[in-house]
Amino acid sequence: MTMTHAPVETTSGPVGPGTPAPAETRSPRKRTGSLLWHLGALAVLVVVLYPVAWVIGGSLKPSEEIVGSLQLFPSDPIFTNYTGLSEGIADIPVSTFFLNSTVLAVGSVVGVVISCSMAAYAFSKVRFAGRNLLFALMIGTLLLPFHVLMIPQYVLFQKLELINTMVPLLLGKYLAVDAFFVFLMVQFMRGLPKELDEAARLDGCGHLRIYWSIVLPLCRPALITSAIFTFIHAWNDFMGPLLYLNEPEKYTVSLGLKMFVDQDALADYGGMIAMSLVALLPVLAFFLAFQRYLIDGMATSGLKG
Amino acid sequence: MTHTMETRQPRPSPPGDRAPRPGSASQRSGRRRENLAGYLFMSPWLAGFLLLTAGPMAVSLYFAFTDYNLFDAPQWIGLSNFQEMFADPRWQKSVEVTTKYVVIGTPLKLAAALGVALLLAQSRRGQAFYRAAFYAPSLIGASVSIAIVWRALFTDGAIVDRAQTQFFGLNVGGWVGDPDWILYSLVALTVWQFGAPMVIFLAGLKQVPRELYEAAAVDGAGPLRRFWNITLPMISPVLFFNVLLETIHSFQVFGSAYILGGQGNPCGPADATLVYTCYLYQQGFENSRMGFASAMAWMLLIAVGLVTAVLFWSQKRWVHYEENAR
Repeated sequence: MTMTHAPVETTSGPVGPGTPAPAETRSPRKRTGSLLWHLGALAVLVVVLYPVAWVIGGSLKPSEEIVGSLQLFPSDPIFTNYTGLSEGIADIPVSTFFLNSTVLAVGSVVGVVISCSMAAYAFSKVRFAGRNLLFALMIGTLLLPFHVLMIPQYVLFQKLELINTMVPLLLGKYLAVDAFFVFLMVQFMRGLPKELDEAARLDGCGHLRIYWSIVLPLCRPALITSAIFTFIHAWNDFMGPLLYLNEPEKYTVSLGLKMFVDQDALADYGGMIAMSLVALLPVLAFFLAFQRYLIDGMATSGLKG
Repeated sequence: MTHTMETRQPRPSPPGDRAPRPGSASQRSGRRRENLAGYLFMSPWLAGFLLLTAGPMAVSLYFAFTDYNLFDAPQWIGLSNFQEMFADPRWQKSVEVTTKYVVIGTPLKLAAALGVALLLAQSRRGQAFYRAAFYAPSLIGASVSIAIVWRALFTDGAIVDRAQTQFFGLNVGGWVGDPDWILYSLVALTVWQFGAPMVIFLAGLKQVPRELYEAAAVDGAGPLRRFWNITLPMISPVLFFNVLLETIHSFQVFGSAYILGGQGNPCGPADATLVYTCYLYQQGFENSRMGFASAMAWMLLIAVGLVTAVLFWSQKRWVHYEENAR
């Protein structure tokens, strides 16, 4: 459905506002066009990747050279920034932060996949009274700023003495609060062939069986997209942990980095840069492994919006 | 992969599906069973909605009219929080900073996204690679790591400082130390994350029927005319979606501004990165003024709601929905 081949008539793509007027000689023009295209794309690529390359290079330089040196990668790289990390920040091993972040991110993924898919199943496959109203409410929460809920939620968790635990950060994930993922899954489930669950129902399957054995397996792409986005958001999350975690042993990577900024910036700038890079690695790894799911998920949810 | 995400054409539903024979006992029990199943599957969402969304919304509206420090019972003070807020120079500053950030950052980001999408839409070799690479910053851009990197890139003597001096003769020094410039480094950070809207633009561009361009080319329309008269109207629904989403998100920027501004109080030199949520956080959680912060949150909600309403209202003037569009 997407046309990838240039048509005979216009040598440029369909949407080229910058394409030159038709010329007589096609082949050299085509080649210059292609060259310009690649030059343009490469220029953008340099800008986009520079900060990432910078943090890789910077983590291999001595602290005092990181900011000022224009050489992207040092000619003699050092690894003391990384080895220094093993000493931890303020007597807390760096691995603690990574462990906490992993617990938070993985816990979030499990919650979102279960609870959002359940809600999405009800919205798309079960005809219950009040469905349209609840769906409208769910869509309404899509654009609701978190900040309106933040203070009463904090008061609630404080009264329940759940500050300094992961509960405030995880509970919402198990209660399908992320409307975006419910919406994504609803869109996906609505697209599944109706004949499948009708046939299953004729065979005597209840909703639980249909949900578990038919709909969930077929929804894998939507589940994977939601899972990865959830992982990345939870891993990057700063405000949530900042509000709810105030003992350094409970800190996630984001807060560990913040601690670096607070305390050690002058003492161990290189260590902070090294840890910044290490903190990015899980996200980048997920991105490299699953970028198709992420980009397609982005594109379809955008189009449907 | 793509095809699986897009199988959602409406299917004719069999007649027995929606309305079984009216009045029968089996129908009534069937309906009861559907209701039960529906609410069972909905129960986590319902609990979340009541406990974490609707309830807190009502409570925060109440807090907005109280003086509340988390330890003593809230005291009803009527509109005092709002009166104080409007007279508060730091609140005004935070509105100014946020407005500037939204008004400058969002159009630049969307322009970059559309520009690069137009480039990539010309389907040449490497398109998928570039698309993925350009998307990556959107995933890492909001992290503390990147905020730290940004602070480093925009300090005195770092690359941006040197480049501006060398190529433009600008001697303003690093942006993060300068109250007039630091906000632009935050803008640069959001523009750097143009990949997410770009992916959405690209998906929209692929839906534009090629025949339109061919017909226009036959009629002698140049590239600019074609962009203005075909591309832009055809992708206007996607543009609308991106404008809405990016604007609402920019209103709520927090972590990047907080770290970039040195996470202190004042937020950035002379409060130059005191975005709205930053001030809300300081008032609520550093000064324990939950009532005032709730009032601030409601002002944010009203502002976001107004912007959303205006965008939806303006939609009929510039957004074209095609009959055959999905």
